[in-house]
Amino acid sequence: MRAAASGLPLMFVEASIVAREVTILDRVTLTVTSGAPTILIGPNGSGKTSLLRAAMGLIPLSSGRITWGSRNTDTPPKSAIMFQRPTMLRRTAAANVRYALAAANVPRGQREEQAAELLALVGLGELGSRPARRLSGGEQQRLALARALARDPAVLFLDEPTASLDPYSTKAIEDIVCAVSARGVKVVMSTHDIGQAKRLAGDVVLLHRGRLIESTRAPEFFVTPHTEEARKFIAGELLV
Amino acid sequence: MTGDMTALQLVLTGDPGLFAIVRLSLLISLSAVLLAALVGVPVGALLALTRFRGREVPIVILNALMGLPPVVVGLAIFLLLSRSGPLGSWGILFTPQAMVIAQTVLVAPIIAALTRQTIEDLWVEYRDELAAMDVGPGHRIVTLIWDARFSLVTALLAGFGRAAAEVGAIIIVGGNIEGFTRTMTTAIALETSKGDLPLAVGLGLILIFIVILINAMAWAMRHVGERYAG
Repeated sequence: MRAAASGLPLMFVEASIVAREVTILDRVTLTVTSGAPTILIGPNGSGKTSLLRAAMGLIPLSSGRITWGSRNTDTPPKSAIMFQRPTMLRRTAAANVRYALAAANVPRGQREEQAAELLALVGLGELGSRPARRLSGGEQQRLALARALARDPAVLFLDEPTASLDPYSTKAIEDIVCAVSARGVKVVMSTHDIGQAKRLAGDVVLLHRGRLIESTRAPEFFVTPHTEEARKFIAGELLV
Repeated sequence: MTGDMTALQLVLTGDPGLFAIVRLSLLISLSAVLLAALVGVPVGALLALTRFRGREVPIVILNALMGLPPVVVGLAIFLLLSRSGPLGSWGILFTPQAMVIAQTVLVAPIIAALTRQTIEDLWVEYRDELAAMDVGPGHRIVTLIWDARFSLVTALLAGFGRAAAEVGAIIIVGGNIEGFTRTMTTAIALETSKGDLPLAVGLGLILIFIVILINAMAWAMRHVGERYAG
């Protein structure tokens, strides 16, 4: 994996998504800069997944805009996303990664070696020949991460990558996120695990009911939250 | 083929007349399935992946065509290929080629409709991942067909079942010419009407055996594929 070019800042300007008269994102204005992971937190249905998908260009905005880089272009840099419930292609683990490498236009002759490197990076070096759908939940998440990294992204979006995983698998994913972030890849990750946000976040973005409640540096967010919603969320109270 | 031999004897002694019929039947049905797959799989995949106004119409028509009455197909092909028909110059009426065409017409909608359903189900699963990987439309179709290959075997099998068991269409366009266009199903119909039950039963046993064998092979292929490919 090469050191990633930035393509940042990523800016959401009054970004709204309305589907079937339901507001999913409500005029969100947010700037994501390079550096340590930006963690999106908030209860289920707060708009975290939609924000990530919109940034990847997988769903259109109803209004507002998303821009990338200092020139405010709407063309995203090389980015990749890992979904909360990734779908494994019906191939071996190694073939899944090779497929992603092929889709990223990596020359055929380099795919085998790069797939082995990526599998090793996510701790699946020994399981390359195993059918992907026969891997455990945690292993599938790591394979999905390897597949996302096959795009050599400058920005990596992770949608609740450790939801419903055991602590061992969660730590494995978090270690990979830290390693990838240390290599210069901007990680933008959603979670509703406040502990995980504390462990990983450089910046924290709190969403609730599609609205951006607070966006700030992690130490500040956890020590001196500016909003009542943030205070409640940090205290473990229910945000309804 | 002797009238006083039992069905089992005909099978066990490898009666040449009987096995010539079996060979021709398999040749016709497998050729038809192959041709139908070449048409049906891409059409089904395309229909599964494209969205356009009124898309339900071709889907309903395709599903309806699965139940095409063989004799009607036979009649239509007969009219097309008969000397005064638009394709009469081909001169293939009452030949195995005409029988292959008739069976292809019967089988293609089955393969196309089952392919559409299979690919559409897989597309729902794969859509987000392939979009996130920026996989283009052509490559998507290839990916989905490849990853659904073990399920598509079932579609081909259903097509083969239809072709192998069919008699109404091929008897109209192929006749039942001994040593030329006589197949298992047309021979069973003829020999039963003549009262040569041992041959009819022998052919029936072989037909059932072939269908079971092909089903077993398809099951094994799917089982092994799912085990090793995921």
